[in-house]
Amino acid sequence: MDTIILYVIAFGALLVSLFVDKQKTLTALKKALKALEGILPQFLTVLLVVAAVLAVLDTATISRVLGNSSGLAGILVASLIGAITLIPGFVAFPAAAALLAGGAGATQIAAFVSSLMMVGIVTLSMEIQYFGKRAALLRNALAWLFSILAAFFVGWVVSL
Amino acid sequence: MNKKASFLKRYALVFVAALAFALFLLVFPAWRGKALDSVVFQAKTMFLVIPPIFILLGLLDVWVPREKMIRYMGQGAGVKGPILAFLLGSFAAGPLYGAFPFAAVLMKKGASFTNILIFIGAWSTTKIPMLLFEMAALGKRFALSRLVIDIVGIVIIAWAIKLSLPKKEVERLYAQAEQID
Repeated sequence: MDTIILYVIAFGALLVSLFVDKQKTLTALKKALKALEGILPQFLTVLLVVAAVLAVLDTATISRVLGNSSGLAGILVASLIGAITLIPGFVAFPAAAALLAGGAGATQIAAFVSSLMMVGIVTLSMEIQYFGKRAALLRNALAWLFSILAAFFVGWVVSL
Repeated sequence: MNKKASFLKRYALVFVAALAFALFLLVFPAWRGKALDSVVFQAKTMFLVIPPIFILLGLLDVWVPREKMIRYMGQGAGVKGPILAFLLGSFAAGPLYGAFPFAAVLMKKGASFTNILIFIGAWSTTKIPMLLFEMAALGKRFALSRLVIDIVGIVIIAWAIKLSLPKKEVERLYAQAEQID
């Protein structure tokens, strides 16, 4: 249902854009295709790895490590994995959805998603180049702490 | 670069993963069904939802007047500054490390440091197209509650960094941004 609404919005916007400026719309479509193709290799790799890992781990194992009862330890594990991995959200969401379906808790997955997006250990040196050591380290440390707080909030809302 | 060679290079890891996956299916027939189900599940999540999102991304990229927005991000822009910084980050595309060079451009154009920090925060976590995808993949409650708490977090983190950074360091960063082309 949500997906249908999404398609309606996208094609509505596309029609309006096409009506106003054909050339710009073509550029937009080209950019969309290029962006899609850009994440494809990473998506396919993550897809296969996650599929194999999830096949080996049964629901009981996943929920022991990342389930609701894994508590703070599970949240910390999830947020650390999120902090050190460097994959786009578009690639991470299907994997996260598969984990949720496989027994992981919403709080733990939220910790992973939040720290994946806000914390970047791998790109820290690049961030330091632009923002200096102090600001970059502070931002990542605060973002990591915050991702844990945010996870509790999301977990609480989902459980309502 | 040769187009074919760059294609092979970009997809090299995919071929390795596919080969390993095929081997995995052969060696462990017991896990075959589950692994294939998971491939279908993830691919469905991705390819059903993502085409309209990328169309929206492309349209945003073409139609959002970035130059105009940046002009209002300087000191003394009032609440308009942070809001524009937030929108500029939220309508962006690409990973977080793509935001750093962009931030240098903002510094050069005179955006205030707090606004740049808000921009970085928004870019990292409240991207609108990403949010649509997150809603479809992980549920509306999950995505929307994360959005709400993250907006709070972005502002708090921006303020905390701004307050704890000496003025001289901020000036140094702006001077350094001038050197980057």
